[in-house]
Amino acid sequence: MTRETAAAMAAALADGTTTSVALTQAHLDRIAAVDGAVHAFLHVDAEGALAAAARSDERRAEGAVASPLDGVPIAVKDVLATEGLPTTCGSRILEGWIPPYDATVVTRLRAAGLPILGKTNMDEFAMGSSTEHSAYGPTHNPWDLDRIPGGSGGGSAAAVAAFEAPLALGTDTGGSIRQPGAVTGTVGVKPTYGGVSRYGLVAMANSLDQVGPVTRTVLDSALLHELIGGHDPRDSTSVDAPLPDLVGAARRGAEGDMSGVRIGVITELGGDGWQPGVMARFQESLDLLVAAGAEVVEVSCPSFVHALATYYLIMPCEASSNLAKFDAMRYGLRVLPEGVDSPSAEDVMRATRDAGFGDEVKRRIILGTYALSSGYYDAYYGKAQKVRTLIQRDFDAAFGKVDVLVSPTAPTTAFRLGEKLDDPLAMYLNDLATIPANLAGVPGISVPSGLADEDGLPAGFQVLAPALADDRLYRVGAALEAGLTEKWGGPLLAQAPDLSGES
Amino acid sequence: MSATLVGYDDVLAAYDPAIGLEVHVELNTATKMFCGCPAVFGGEPNTQVCPTCLGLPGAMPAVNGKAVESAIRIGLALNCDIAEWCRFARKNYFYPDMPKNFQTSQYDEPIAFDGWMDVDLDGETFRVEIERAHMEEDTGKSLHMGGATGRIHGADYSLVDYNRAGIPLIEIVTRPIMGAGARAPEIARAYVSQLRDLIVALGVSEARMDQGNLRADVNLSLAPRGTGTLGTRTETKNVNSFRSVERAVRYEMQRHAAVLDGGGSILQETRHWHEDTGVTTSGREKSDAEDYRYFPEPDLVPVAPSREWVDELRGTLPENPVARRARLQADWGYTDLEMRDVVASGALVVIEETIAAGASAQAARKWWLAELGRRANDAGVELTEVGVTPAQVAAVQALVDARTINDKLARQVFDGLIAGEGTPEEIVATRGLAVVSDDGALGAAVDAAIAANPDVAAKIRDGKHAAAGALIGAVMKEMRGQADAARVRELVLEKLA
Repeated sequence: MTRETAAAMAAALADGTTTSVALTQAHLDRIAAVDGAVHAFLHVDAEGALAAAARSDERRAEGAVASPLDGVPIAVKDVLATEGLPTTCGSRILEGWIPPYDATVVTRLRAAGLPILGKTNMDEFAMGSSTEHSAYGPTHNPWDLDRIPGGSGGGSAAAVAAFEAPLALGTDTGGSIRQPGAVTGTVGVKPTYGGVSRYGLVAMANSLDQVGPVTRTVLDSALLHELIGGHDPRDSTSVDAPLPDLVGAARRGAEGDMSGVRIGVITELGGDGWQPGVMARFQESLDLLVAAGAEVVEVSCPSFVHALATYYLIMPCEASSNLAKFDAMRYGLRVLPEGVDSPSAEDVMRATRDAGFGDEVKRRIILGTYALSSGYYDAYYGKAQKVRTLIQRDFDAAFGKVDVLVSPTAPTTAFRLGEKLDDPLAMYLNDLATIPANLAGVPGISVPSGLADEDGLPAGFQVLAPALADDRLYRVGAALEAGLTEKWGGPLLAQAPDLSGES
Repeated sequence: MSATLVGYDDVLAAYDPAIGLEVHVELNTATKMFCGCPAVFGGEPNTQVCPTCLGLPGAMPAVNGKAVESAIRIGLALNCDIAEWCRFARKNYFYPDMPKNFQTSQYDEPIAFDGWMDVDLDGETFRVEIERAHMEEDTGKSLHMGGATGRIHGADYSLVDYNRAGIPLIEIVTRPIMGAGARAPEIARAYVSQLRDLIVALGVSEARMDQGNLRADVNLSLAPRGTGTLGTRTETKNVNSFRSVERAVRYEMQRHAAVLDGGGSILQETRHWHEDTGVTTSGREKSDAEDYRYFPEPDLVPVAPSREWVDELRGTLPENPVARRARLQADWGYTDLEMRDVVASGALVVIEETIAAGASAQAARKWWLAELGRRANDAGVELTEVGVTPAQVAAVQALVDARTINDKLARQVFDGLIAGEGTPEEIVATRGLAVVSDDGALGAAVDAAIAANPDVAAKIRDGKHAAAGALIGAVMKEMRGQADAARVRELVLEKLA
């Protein structure tokens, strides 16, 4: 039952062949069986999930189903506030913190009747591309347990890839949904900036962060996206406009007709230095879309080469300020400095932040604090905002010519745990292809494109659309997924190791 | 430790002062700047809080439209331009009473800018230029427990109350006010006082300095006389009354001059005003070390008030203060000199309210300027803080008009009001202050006075009625001031006819 898609699970609930309690218990059993090896979860809430499942079954018995996914369980990235459930953001500094409130997306999940299985692992405060920066130990890639599951949302992607959850929520600041999707053979969507409420998302970089779906199919993402999306008065950056018909777009795309769709290949994202197996799967996917009737052209976005540098100024600036609140005064870890009699508040703040933050977090706080300092602001933050505008203009120009832009999601397949841990710049390069969408606020999806020949590991195909045109992601993504699934003779994840004997 | 001071006239002989005022106005909106919590003063600590104003991880701000409206109305009343588009900014610094360790404020894009206010000083008008008025949120409040002073040094521990965190503030900043010379302290006071009147008239704040609704920071610098330059400034905080604004400017002028005369240089720093001793002391040093790392608040969309809305708000502004003063003077029939005294004493609003409560214009002026003005001065507080309300003053005057009490007894009624003994009527009853006009009691006292002063009585019998005053005085003394003087005179003349 756990290997079905969320849509199939919803259908089974609807026709009475299963119950939410049975479905939720099956996932809890799977978590118990494999999570010792995968470590996708930081916290499992069996009791809460089963209680929510029982309520879902009651509603269904009364004919009062709350949503199309009522009763289908879900995992939530630990960066989203959940009332009554620990929320650590993968950091020691929030160990033991239990929020007194729900993030808006969590409120919407609860209202829609989805039992929450637990909270998934992540790089500390979503800073990383491998989930190795979690203070609670890394998550392992279900395709090869010695490899990284991507990051920062490696826990959500691995949970979905390992059939521990049919659905998960992730957050994407520079690729944290899409890159883990690519390296675990799952689907990940970063909606249009403002398309999904950020209220209750513990911010890394407020102008870049978005909450989005992590699933095994394009249709499942569309179903989840429609549940969590839409205006929220508590997030004033959220868009006050109705969502496009995402589920409809996914269903239409799955019919496989791409005629009239213009696809632009971003020339700056790919080629030399990119893993040949990743490029081969990308080209194969393109050919398939052409065969389905799409028109493919090359499009240059010259400012994209500056995207990484721009991102590594804007993101740390915002992060350095966001993370200032973790000071031991109101919640979370409190460390008293050693050898100090009656320490002052400042002494306690210093000792707590020193002990509570990991190296990558400290690195970004220092970077951001420096870049915002008097005398440097114009040269760094100010200049980065100007380049950001140029990147947005590149997108505007490109979308004047094509309906969607495409690229490989990440330059490589999953690397080995520890391989890039001591080389931050190499780690940052993983997000080369995903970062421009965050800087411009446009939506993106990563769909599995197959396994690279050289290592047999999953690669991802990224589709980007203009802001508010998220439906295009689902149409093109579903068409590609349909074509590839037919070619493979089943979903890509059917080829992943079973893991049952691992824990 | 008190600083060396230079005599005030000597300061002016050698230097030109420049003053600058930063006034924080706490708005009276129903809810806080960025969340739905009640924006109320006081209350059980940490009861008016939510994830947003506590700065909990993940919580986000949303702008209070009513606060923006108040900010625009203040800006318009100060003749400012209103930004077509402006953003909030984060002011980053660590402090335990700051929930997020940054304050959401405005930096280089204030909602209102480039305005002015005409300050009336003894009939002369002095134009104060307004640089900007911007929106921001208040911080929480640290309470330092234990220790002798209630200050952070020497405290055993500190508690933080976040009820105030997130209450909307408007900060109004003047350009340097130059050319005021000897009148700099008075102008500073008059500016803050008249700004308060304006805020009260706008109805956007309770604007009580003693409650911290209105807080003034006073910047002062001295430049060598006639050079037209600006010297190094100090910023004096904690100046919590109009009177203190004047005193703090005067004190800093005298202190700066002493430092400069001695060949020293002024340290650009924050100083604290001490109401009790009338001096300033050094606070934290403002230097390059204090870098707030401002950047635009990414969680909030820009504020872009439409021109239609701004015009609509312009239509809701109260009367221009200068025109208003002229109208009130005419209505009340005050002379120029009387009106000047009223404005200088900051009594305009209380007198207006007293007249509205039924007192005559002359009676209202008499009580507020003479009797209550003296009490305020003695206590070192504002008229509004003296402990008597305009309605009470009108009620006291009504008792005088009804000849229940006289002016002298009225002073004792004010004593009772300040002591919280009840309404004026209750105080008259419990203190036994009503004048005696009963002929039985008065007649006996008059008879006694005549018997004790036979020579005076003889003069009155001879028709010298002017001598009656001596007998009336004796009766009043006998009856401890509570006799109806007019009736006593009648009785004296009747008995000695």
